[in-house]
Amino acid sequence: MDFLKDPLKVAADWLLGIFSGWGMPDLWAQVLIGFLGIFILVALLMVLDIFLVWIERKVVSRFQSRIGPNRLGPFGLIQPFADIIKLLIKEDTTPEGADRTLYNLAPILSMMSVLILWAVVPLAPSILGVDLNIGVLYIIAAGAIGTLSIIMAGWSSNNKYSLIGAFREAAVMLSFEIPMLTVMLIPTIFAGSMGIGAITQAQDTWNFFLAPLAAVIFLIAAIAELGRSPFDMGEAESELVSGYNIEYSGMKFGMFYAGELLHAFTFGGFWAILFFGGYRFFGLEQVSAFLAIAILFFKAFIGYWIIMWVKYTLLRIRIDHMLAFNWKFLTPVAFVLLMTTALMNALLADASNWLYIGGMFLSNILVAWISLEVARSASRWERERVEGTGYAARRTE
Amino acid sequence: MVPLSWYLIFSAALFSIGLFGVLSRRNLIAILLGIELMLNSVNVNLAAFWRYGDVTNITGQVFAVIVFAVAAAEVSVGLALVISVYRKRNTVIADEIDMLKF
Amino acid sequence: MTVDQIIFLVIAAGTLIAAFRVVTTGNLIHAAFWLIAALFGVAAIFAILHASFLAVVQVVVYIGAISMLFIFAVMLTRKDMRDQGPQLNRNWGFGAFLAALAFAGLVFLVHGWSGVAKTASAFPSDFDAVGALGNALVSPDAYVLPFEVASVLLVAALIGAVYVAYNRK
Repeated sequence: MDFLKDPLKVAADWLLGIFSGWGMPDLWAQVLIGFLGIFILVALLMVLDIFLVWIERKVVSRFQSRIGPNRLGPFGLIQPFADIIKLLIKEDTTPEGADRTLYNLAPILSMMSVLILWAVVPLAPSILGVDLNIGVLYIIAAGAIGTLSIIMAGWSSNNKYSLIGAFREAAVMLSFEIPMLTVMLIPTIFAGSMGIGAITQAQDTWNFFLAPLAAVIFLIAAIAELGRSPFDMGEAESELVSGYNIEYSGMKFGMFYAGELLHAFTFGGFWAILFFGGYRFFGLEQVSAFLAIAILFFKAFIGYWIIMWVKYTLLRIRIDHMLAFNWKFLTPVAFVLLMTTALMNALLADASNWLYIGGMFLSNILVAWISLEVARSASRWERERVEGTGYAARRTE
Repeated sequence: MVPLSWYLIFSAALFSIGLFGVLSRRNLIAILLGIELMLNSVNVNLAAFWRYGDVTNITGQVFAVIVFAVAAAEVSVGLALVISVYRKRNTVIADEIDMLKF
Repeated sequence: MTVDQIIFLVIAAGTLIAAFRVVTTGNLIHAAFWLIAALFGVAAIFAILHASFLAVVQVVVYIGAISMLFIFAVMLTRKDMRDQGPQLNRNWGFGAFLAALAFAGLVFLVHGWSGVAKTASAFPSDFDAVGALGNALVSPDAYVLPFEVASVLLVAALIGAVYVAYNRK
């Protein structure tokens, strides 16, 4: 029973017993167990990553009325392994004039920026890498390392396409960090802590019902942060060939690719953790840690599926429209929403539970409605100015 | 336990390296890089004094946060000036920007 | 020598080497990337000092924003991507002398100061440093005024930077 509740602690105690039996000092044994834990988590994530390739290809083929990989193994399940073997035996090229150190460092940093995110993911009530009390900021910090890797790749490749792609991608990532951080403060208000574990614990009602608009803004900002369509300006294969990773081949490209997929899955997971209760599901998480992990992964896959759905449905937006959308619409809305939520939270502090949820939900809907109305009138103004009809055109003449 | 003096000597070294960069680099952006190093060494000092003093007195961290804000403001204005100078004079070498000598 | 001393020495040495490369390397892009390495080192020092908020903000603000600005600025201010001429000015010897003098003076001051023997006290059991910092920044009894002034400064810098760098054509 203990093993079902808290498998990590049981395993750690068991290993500690073995290591002390070998006459190892306690400190060394604990450091070793810590490293072992990290190694196992990363190894499992990489295995998951392999299957994410398969899932992504299967889902996109269904969206496009195809079947997808179906030759190798049942449902084409062995296809990703074949792909990996192909990537591994490809020639590893370095373009002439490339900055070798940075060129080789960039894919590693890209992968790292994703993997370190899992340090703060609460997989189950008892399984949590580090319960940082600044977990929300930590996510943004990991994103900053991702931006760095893209700039590094773009510059060191000595290629104009990759430099342009990296510039665009960095601009998008830097600007969408702001609404993302702002809406991440809304679960922080509800939980009273920036720790991801505390935010999960505080969600007796899913944050989605308290702040639906915040969940939507987080999803949009996360997609931009991932550099996926409709925000895939960094790659933009129709104009920049492949953007910042154009010069990479073999496993170095594979690391960018695998990093992107795992990043998307991770942000599906963070969406689930911040707004859909993480591993919590009507008390089922208390039964067993494994069940909690299964619940979290189920929710994360739903989030990942929505991200894929958006990616394969929408077209790419122009870079200036993308940045204007962020700075002129998303960021102000996020700020207004944060202020509204803080105000409502203070006003409804003594209210009953249902009134609190209803007030929060309605205030979110109201903010969303007003901002959409403002955006609509602004775009009508813009359209009339371009077409030369209406009041705007007459005024500018 | 790491003695307080190690932190202070580390930050003094970082400050001196930054000072050297400010005094002897020709490129304006490199001078700004040196200033960043100096600001960081100050932050290390503030955090170390917070940790080794009374930890419930959070003043050291507050100062460090304000240094972050000032550093961000300084860099944005400084780099804007550098880019503006580059547009007008086509150089970012500090010695060549000598309009006041006319 | 204990484990945390060794960790500190390794991080400090790495940071100082990176900082030295920032001020000596000829290629400015490399200098900017070395600056990022040095900033990571300082973030690690913050983490050793249990100032977790500062460590993460260091990564977000310095590495995520400021060094990106530097890299953008370096790329915007050169016609070809190579460097021309020497990177140090004529008086670099004098600069090195002044820097060494500053370092010697600071070490002398640290050496002669009695407070340096202080040891770090343990954290009180229910003390939340991040919460205390947040309260101090918005509490009228503490630092709300400097905090607001800093935000005004940031807005002024934002507008000023846009105005100065705006290309009027």
